[in-house]
Amino acid sequence: MSTAAHSAAGGPLARLSDALWRSPRLLLAILLGPPLLWLGVIYLGSLFALLLQSFFSIDHFTGMVVREFTLRTYAELFTPANFDIIVRTVTMAACVTLASAIIGFPIAYYAARYARGRWRAAFYLGIMMPLWSSYLVKVYAWKLILAKEGILNWALDGIHLQWVLDAYLSLPVVGGNSLSVSPTGTFIVFVYVWMPFMILPMQAALERVPVSMLEASGDLGAQPGQTFRHVLFPLALPGVVAGSIFTFSLTLGDYIIPQIIGTSRLFIGQAVYQHQGVAGNIPLAAAFAVVPILIMGLYLWGAKRMGAFNAL
Amino acid sequence: MHSDRAPLGLKIAAAAGLAFLHLPILLIFVYAFTTEEKSYQWPPPGLTLKWFAVTWNRPDVWQALMLSLKVASVATLVAMVLGTLCAAAVSRSKFFGRETVSLLVILPIALPGVVTGIALRSAFSLADVPFSTWTIVLGHATFCVVIVYNNAVARFRRTSGSLIEASMDLGATYFQTLRFVILPNIATALVVGGMLAFALSFDEVIVTTFTSGQQQTLPIWMLEELVRPRQRPVTNVVAMVVVLVTLLPILGAYYLTRGTDTVAGQGK
Repeated sequence: MSTAAHSAAGGPLARLSDALWRSPRLLLAILLGPPLLWLGVIYLGSLFALLLQSFFSIDHFTGMVVREFTLRTYAELFTPANFDIIVRTVTMAACVTLASAIIGFPIAYYAARYARGRWRAAFYLGIMMPLWSSYLVKVYAWKLILAKEGILNWALDGIHLQWVLDAYLSLPVVGGNSLSVSPTGTFIVFVYVWMPFMILPMQAALERVPVSMLEASGDLGAQPGQTFRHVLFPLALPGVVAGSIFTFSLTLGDYIIPQIIGTSRLFIGQAVYQHQGVAGNIPLAAAFAVVPILIMGLYLWGAKRMGAFNAL
Repeated sequence: MHSDRAPLGLKIAAAAGLAFLHLPILLIFVYAFTTEEKSYQWPPPGLTLKWFAVTWNRPDVWQALMLSLKVASVATLVAMVLGTLCAAAVSRSKFFGRETVSLLVILPIALPGVVTGIALRSAFSLADVPFSTWTIVLGHATFCVVIVYNNAVARFRRTSGSLIEASMDLGATYFQTLRFVILPNIATALVVGGMLAFALSFDEVIVTTFTSGQQQTLPIWMLEELVRPRQRPVTNVVAMVVVLVTLLPILGAYYLTRGTDTVAGQGK
């Protein structure tokens, strides 16, 4: 057994090698030590610091952080203005998730079932390239599209449909002065930026659906719609839920898109950013940041029960 | 096999979806050549190459680019070491708390970026750490670990353990086995993980705004321009260059892992 290793060479390296061979636990400790130290100290430490800060409060007269335990900062989250921010963000995240699933499903299904050979590669890159393209460049592209003198208004003018957009923008809640300063604009950009994260897990789940099962459903007399509702969709659901983890979490935490394209009404991410920056109110920023953690915790717990992690 | 043709409706929906994903990026390429400098006018009144020269001579763009490259290189290196070690531990042995370890690795990317950002920011403020290049690297390396980890874990799973046992039985030490058996087996997965981690770090802005202080990485430079447009033509050119630069690692990663059962880049 280890005598073979002994005869290979003397020296400290060989002795260390023998020690590792004899005690797998030592090897494990060496392997796990550095990453656990890094993530444990830097990351968990920071999260802990965040949690700690959220139990501090700010003295509104001096602007200094009072380092004493209090729940006052959390209570501030429930003032109407702040609670609105939370509701708005969660609603947006839900809408974005739904829209991504609806628009992304045909792409995922086509890629999983019909694309072969070269087309398969093309589809793969076609999903992967927008996913990895620069986030800011994507937002910038939409700023160009939605600008007053930009391509969208030019195209609508060209086909004389400008009035449709104007009518839509005059609606309450979703409308605004122009698309680039309306909640609808924010929504479109969110869907655009996060949709690839929904497509990939859906595609992975759809690839595992046996074609014979869909054929059997059709042979037994189901309409395509029925096959979709009763066979395809239930089997794809874990993938949809897995994808929704990404779209939901990413939308919850984003503060750049609503800042650049959208109204002046805040989202959670923006609230965090503003409170820690200009206002210097790190405790409130921290309390706001705990909200997405809690929501995602609940979400992940639910997703796990639905078996979504097997589709990741 | 009977009808393996996609229904027309599905084809149209898939094509429209892909067009929605790609057309906006293509638009960037047109705007980089426009002669218009005060607005986002479409169609461009004329085409010119002059903004490339202007951008080339901008010290602030170069400075931001250099900082981004530096941060991404160091963060990638750290992530490659930590991610590989962790992947080796998780895939080679079963131990108590193994699930927790993989959760811990994924957490920085599963939680919204703003949480990671504010967490680091508040930790720096509690510990009185001044902002520097290293605070940026710290944040980037933390969420890049998972990219390398995912790629390495997938490869370790496919590498048969008997290879390692055979090597040891034939008298190789752990280090010889590492050098001649394990590393050649996982090399491409590591390269791919590294490239993706680099692309992720190079483009990161959400966490970076919390950890950079006054320094400007390229994405932060772009963010400033997005919020307060001052030099639209230069921004257009930078945007186009950034798209091209981030595409290279993705294409590279794709070609290196083509034909294997897990293709790189899934899950960012």
